[in-house]
Amino acid sequence: MTDTSQITNKKMEESEALLKVQDLSLSFIQYASGLRQTELKVISNLSMEAHSGEILAIVGSSGSGKSLLAHAILGILPSNANLSGSMEYNGNDLTQKKKEELRGKEIVLIPQSTTYLDPLMRISSQVTGNANKKDADSRKKLQREIFRRYDLKLEVERMFPHELSGGMIRRVLVSTAVMSSSKVVIADEPTPGLDEKNLKETLGYFKDMADRGYAVILITHDIEAALRISDKIAIFYAGTILEIARTEDFTGEGEKLRHQYTKALWNALPQNKFQAIKGHQPMQDEVLDGCFFYERCSTRNEACSKCIPQLKTFNGGMVRCNNVS
Amino acid sequence: MSSAVATVNKGLFGGFNLRQKTIMLTSFLSVLLIAIVVSSTFIDDNALSTDFESKNLAPSLEHPFGTDWMGRDMFVRTLSGLGLSIVIGALASSISTMLSVVLGLLSSMGKIEDSVVSWLVDLFLSIPHLLLIILISIGLGGGATGVIIGVALSHWTSLTRVVRAEIKQIKTQEYIHISRNFGKSRWWIAKKHILPHLVPQFVLGTIVMFPHAILHEASVTFLGFGLSPHEPAIGIILSESMKYLSAGYWWLAFFPGLSLLIVILAFDVIGENLGKMLDPKRAHE
Amino acid sequence: MYLKGKNISFGYKESNLILEDVDIFLGSGEVLGLVGDSGSGKSTLCRILAGYERNYKGNVTIDGNKIPSNGYNPVQLIFQHPEKAVNPKWKMKDILKEGHDVPQDILEAFGIKGNWLNRWPNELSGGELQRFALARALGPETKFLIADEITTMVDAITQAQIWESILGIVDDLNVGVLVVSHDKSLINRLCHDVMYMSDLNDS
Repeated sequence: MTDTSQITNKKMEESEALLKVQDLSLSFIQYASGLRQTELKVISNLSMEAHSGEILAIVGSSGSGKSLLAHAILGILPSNANLSGSMEYNGNDLTQKKKEELRGKEIVLIPQSTTYLDPLMRISSQVTGNANKKDADSRKKLQREIFRRYDLKLEVERMFPHELSGGMIRRVLVSTAVMSSSKVVIADEPTPGLDEKNLKETLGYFKDMADRGYAVILITHDIEAALRISDKIAIFYAGTILEIARTEDFTGEGEKLRHQYTKALWNALPQNKFQAIKGHQPMQDEVLDGCFFYERCSTRNEACSKCIPQLKTFNGGMVRCNNVS
Repeated sequence: MSSAVATVNKGLFGGFNLRQKTIMLTSFLSVLLIAIVVSSTFIDDNALSTDFESKNLAPSLEHPFGTDWMGRDMFVRTLSGLGLSIVIGALASSISTMLSVVLGLLSSMGKIEDSVVSWLVDLFLSIPHLLLIILISIGLGGGATGVIIGVALSHWTSLTRVVRAEIKQIKTQEYIHISRNFGKSRWWIAKKHILPHLVPQFVLGTIVMFPHAILHEASVTFLGFGLSPHEPAIGIILSESMKYLSAGYWWLAFFPGLSLLIVILAFDVIGENLGKMLDPKRAHE
Repeated sequence: MYLKGKNISFGYKESNLILEDVDIFLGSGEVLGLVGDSGSGKSTLCRILAGYERNYKGNVTIDGNKIPSNGYNPVQLIFQHPEKAVNPKWKMKDILKEGHDVPQDILEAFGIKGNWLNRWPNELSGGELQRFALARALGPETKFLIADEITTMVDAITQAQIWESILGIVDDLNVGVLVVSHDKSLINRLCHDVMYMSDLNDS
C-alpha cells in the first residue's frame, strides 16, 4: 500500500460519517402455522458508517435482510416491523420524521427492480417528480442535463417504462436519484446478473457519484462487482455485520481478511480456490445464543457459543470475532 | 448451541393476537347466524298463532318486538323470517358459486369454451339483475324455489369472471410449465396447482354473496314477486308492515329491518376478516 | 446419447429474430458452457431445448428422435430465479417430490436439511430454493440438465457448494449439463468446453 492511499484512508477515517447506523436491530412478528406468532430477527445489532465521496458495499447473500436495511434508513418499513438502535445523519438523530423529510431528497434509494417505476406514467414526469409550478422549469432543465450525462436520448422523456430496455431503465433510475440534491445514495442490488458490458457501465455511474461527493452505499450479493469500485466492504451475515474490510484486503488467499466467513467467501470465488465451506446461514426465525457463525467456523471455541462477539477495530478495519489477534 | 424457533405470543393467556381475535369474532358471529337458523326451525305453529286479543301491541317485556295485526309475536316472526332468509341466501349463493366454479374451469379449457362462457357472462350482465330475478322467479312459479334459482342465475357472473382471470394468470406461471415438463397431466395440474389457489376465492365469494342474496330475496318478495305470505321470510314481513307504518305501528318494520341489517353486517364482517386472513399481504397485521 | 438442436430459429417478428439458425449439441456426461450477453437469446435457446417454447423453427432431438410433448421430459431446465419456479402455496416437501421421490443421498448431496421440508417457499432463501429445484430435476429419467444462470443470484459460497453437488451427481448419473453463465471464471472451472452465443447465432 502506497503512501498516498494511506493518507487518503486516514483522511476518510478522520472525516465525520455522513450517515451513522449504530446497533440496529429489526424484527418482524409473523404468523406461523395456525395461531402461533414467531419473531423473525432480520437485522441484529448492525453498525456501519457511510462517508461522503466513499463507496461502502454491504455484501451478503440475497434475501438476507440487506434490502430491509435500506428501507429502515428511509423509514419505509411495514407496520409490523420492530426497529431498535440508533441512526444519525449529519450529526443529528435520524427520527422517522426526519427520514420522511430527507428521503427522495437528501437520502435516495435506487431500487432493485424496474417494477418501482409507474407503468402508466411517462418517464419525464417520474424523473422530475413532484414539483410546484415555479420549480417545474428548472427541474425539467436539470432532468435534460442529467439525461444527456447518462446518454439518454430526448425521446426517452415521452416514453413509458415498458418501452425501455433494461439498461435504459437502470439509467433512468440512476437519473432519478441524482435529480435531487442528494448526499446519500443507497443502491439495492443494482447489478442483478448483468453481463460484463452492462456491469461496467452501471458500476461506473456509482463511481462517478462518489467522485462527485455522494456517500454511496451499495447493497449486493456480488462481491466481485463490489470490489471493483468500493472503498470499504461490509460483510453481512445472518442479519449482522461480521467484518468491515478495505478493498485492498481482498488479495491472495485472504490472509489480510479478518473474519473466517470473509476468508471463506473470498476463497469460494471461481477465480480463486472455488472451494466452499460446509453449512448454511441460520434461518431468520432461529434463536442463536452465541456467534452466528459458530456452526461453520473452523477456529471456534467454547466462549464463541456463549455470547455474541462485539464489533471491534482491528488492523484498519472492523471484525466481530473473539479469535482475532 | 440452541437452534430453536422463536415463538412469540402463543396467544390465549398471553393476550390475544389479531388472528385469534378475528377467529373468535368470526366464530361468534357464525354461531349467532347458525343459532338463528336452528332456532327458527323449532318455531312451531303455536308460537306463530294468531291472538286477536293482543294485536298491534307496542314492544314490551312479554313481546320484545311487539305484535302484529294478527296478534303474532314479532320477535318470533322476525326470528323465523331471518332463519328462512339465511337459508335461502345460503342456497342461492352456494348454487351460484357452483355454477361459477364449473363455468370458470370450463372457460380455462380452450379458446372456444372461453368464448362461449364469456358470451354467456356478457349476456347475463346485460340484463338488470332485479329484472332477471323477477322474470326467472315468475317463470318458475314463484315461491322460495323461484327466488333461489333466480338469484343464483343472476349472480354467477362476477365470481366466474374472477375465477377465469385467476386461472388465466396461474397458467402463465413457470411452475405450471415445470409440472408439465415432469409429465403431469392437465387434470393433475388443475387439481393440485390451480384448485388450491381458487379455494379461497370460492369460500369468500360464497360468503360475500349471502347478504346480497338475502337482500335480493327481501326486495323481490317486497315487490310481490317472491315468496308468498305462507313462507314468512323477512321480505314479506317488511312488505306487510309497510301498510301499518302510517298507523304509527313503527315496530312492525323497525325490528325486522334492524335484525336484517345486523345479519347482513355479520356476514360482511366475517367475509372481510376471512379475506384479510387469506390475503398474504394483509395476513400479518 | 446426444441432445441436438438443429436450425433453431425463433422470434416474435419475422424482421427481428431472437435466434436464427442455431445448431447446438450436448452429449451425456459432458459439461458444456454457453456464454452470451443479455439479449443474445441464450435463455430463449434454453427454453426451446427444454420444451418450454413450441413455436420455433428447426428441431430438438435426442439421438435423432423428437422429444414427446407428454410425459417426463428427459431435458430439465433450472431457472435463474427459483422463487418463480415453485408454487407458493405448496410446502417444500410436496415441491420436492413432484417430479420423483428424491432419495436421501441426493438430499444430503445438496445439503437440504430435514426441517426445511416443512417450510413454505417464501421462508427460504434463493440458494436454498435452488437446491430443491436441482434435487427434484435430477430424477432417474433425466438425461440432460440445462442450468440457466442458476447461481448468478447467490453468494460465492452457495455457488461453490451447489456446483460441487451438481458435478458429483451428474457424474454418477451420466447426465449432460449445459451451463449458461456470463461469469467466464465459473465456466472455466466447470466446463469441458465453451460455446459462445455470438458464434452460434446468426441473428
